[in-house]
Amino acid sequence: MLRLHVNPFDYTILGIYFALVVTIGVMARRAIATSEDFLLSGRSLPAWVTGLAFISANLGAIEILGMAANGAQYGLPTVHFYWIGAVPAMVFLGIVMMPFYYGSRVRSVPEFLLRRFNPATHLFNALTFALAAVLIAGVNLYALALVINALIGWPIWLSIAISALFVLAYITLGGLSGAIYNEVLQFFVIIAGLVPLVIIGLHSVGGWSGLQTKIGHTKLGASAFSTWGGVGIGHWTNPLGDWIGIVFGLGFVLSFGYWTTNFAEVQRALSAKDLNAAQRTPLIGAYPKIFIPALTIIPGLIALAIIPKLGTPKGASYNDAIPLLLGRFLPNGALGVALAGLLAAFMAGMAANVSSFNTVFTYDIWQTYIRRGRPDRYYLNVGRVVTVVGILIGVGTAFIASGYSNIMNYIQLLFSFFNAPLFATFILAMFWKRTTPWSGIAGLAAGTIGAAVMHFAGYHIAYFYPHQVYDPTHATINAQMVNFYGASVAFLADLVVTVLVSLVTKPKPVSELGGLVWGVHDPNAPDPASVPKPVWWKSPKLLGGVALGIVLVLSIIFA
Amino acid sequence: MSEMPDTGAETPQSAAAKLFDLRVLIGGLFLVYGVMLTVAGFFTSSKDLAKASHININLWMGLGMLVIAAFFLTWWRLSPLRRDQPSADATGTGP
Repeated sequence: MLRLHVNPFDYTILGIYFALVVTIGVMARRAIATSEDFLLSGRSLPAWVTGLAFISANLGAIEILGMAANGAQYGLPTVHFYWIGAVPAMVFLGIVMMPFYYGSRVRSVPEFLLRRFNPATHLFNALTFALAAVLIAGVNLYALALVINALIGWPIWLSIAISALFVLAYITLGGLSGAIYNEVLQFFVIIAGLVPLVIIGLHSVGGWSGLQTKIGHTKLGASAFSTWGGVGIGHWTNPLGDWIGIVFGLGFVLSFGYWTTNFAEVQRALSAKDLNAAQRTPLIGAYPKIFIPALTIIPGLIALAIIPKLGTPKGASYNDAIPLLLGRFLPNGALGVALAGLLAAFMAGMAANVSSFNTVFTYDIWQTYIRRGRPDRYYLNVGRVVTVVGILIGVGTAFIASGYSNIMNYIQLLFSFFNAPLFATFILAMFWKRTTPWSGIAGLAAGTIGAAVMHFAGYHIAYFYPHQVYDPTHATINAQMVNFYGASVAFLADLVVTVLVSLVTKPKPVSELGGLVWGVHDPNAPDPASVPKPVWWKSPKLLGGVALGIVLVLSIIFA
Repeated sequence: MSEMPDTGAETPQSAAAKLFDLRVLIGGLFLVYGVMLTVAGFFTSSKDLAKASHININLWMGLGMLVIAAFFLTWWRLSPLRRDQPSADATGTGP
């Protein structure tokens, strides 16, 4: 029933797009002479490009389909993943943390840990990040194959092989520039594909008020339109649980952990041409992030309103919300554009992970621990080979991704183990000089263990079940809420262990912390008086403040 | 300072300045798509029209894409990429 009626007009549109994808890779090839050109775009890109790539690297198709699924399942509370769960962290990254990352000239997030802590901390983070990156690349690839199979009918293995080949072509040739340029292009195409869906969908259900009426008659009911309803502690009814989980677990720990320390994101800012552009990268990305819920959650709700039995055992799965609407509303032509955007978003999700994996592996693992001190050309070649290997591993892991009904949960589960404790370590590293080298690894290990323990323990705690009543089958568990609480436990475990270990081990001499810690002057930094002040509309504080203001106003309107 | 291992004197110069301007490609793609969809919009069948809740979506989408194409191509014409300075500014950016 999902199969789309794709005609030659759509295939022409798809063909033009995919020819352009490879062209970008071929053309970006000319701009690569060093390993930094390949792995960090030679730190040369303007802020609008890195900013849109920053958001696009996160706007993979899993995110789009997953958030539409969440929209159909939970309603408007899903905006918490976009507003409180992303924008404050992006603003914090741009204004507070970017000077440490970009100013210290590190080439990756793990490299910051190497200079601030010690090789043990560095290796732990580099390896877990590399592992997570290839796993998620595989998840994207598998999801892409499933969608191509459902929509166009190609066999799974063929879809995996062809999409992996396209990604391989443009990032082995064009490196990070190839990946980033394609991400920016994909951003516009996916928006162009989703906007018509929302317009037609809303028109057909009778506008916003029509949608509210229709959703009121579904099992989700009127509470679908209240983002902060039912978040009381002890008797939560909100689909995302109580406010502690949402504000602290999602809004603080998970969000800051992901946006400020995930190298697939931070790498986009490191490729910017100067510090101001690097600071503006996440801030420019924040603006689309604020409004993307209109293109994901609203289609989810429209699908719930017009497709009978959506999300029930007898009907289609929530993840099919957007593909179902594509088939129902879009004529050939518009359909081709939407499909191109969707397929591009899948490939971008994979490319972002592979292009951060290859940088971490080349610089942080190979150059730091295996083959030091070779000429730069050697590392450029290593980067290329690692890119190919990363894609092959991604193809292999594509099949691990099956077996989960809601793919987003799987990704968040990974992040809550690896990423949740990270922010505690970074915040102490950047703001407390006393944080010692060995406290880094100890805190990260404790946090990761804490996340894992909480995840499995959470299933046995009645509070995480609807109406706070334990369900021995675990079927009705509020998995998001367990995630949020698991992340909070990881954060606290990391914080406590890092502080305790710091108090009993020897700190680094202040002379080694220049530019890495708040208040410690970097001897290599230019005199602040000599740095030209950017024009007012390039001010990070202004951009960040306006983004936060918009989120606040929207949060009040849709409370 | 714990410097990275010195990669030797033969480190080649960055070629990042040779990177092409993305605005041309975005503008070009939306120009082609815009023309294709706008033309298709003039031949929308009544069946397709009914499917899309009586909105001629190909036409509107095509026109919208032409506007985006015009924006990027104009921006590109008005302020072309400067290739001369590999910004040796504030933070010591540079190859």
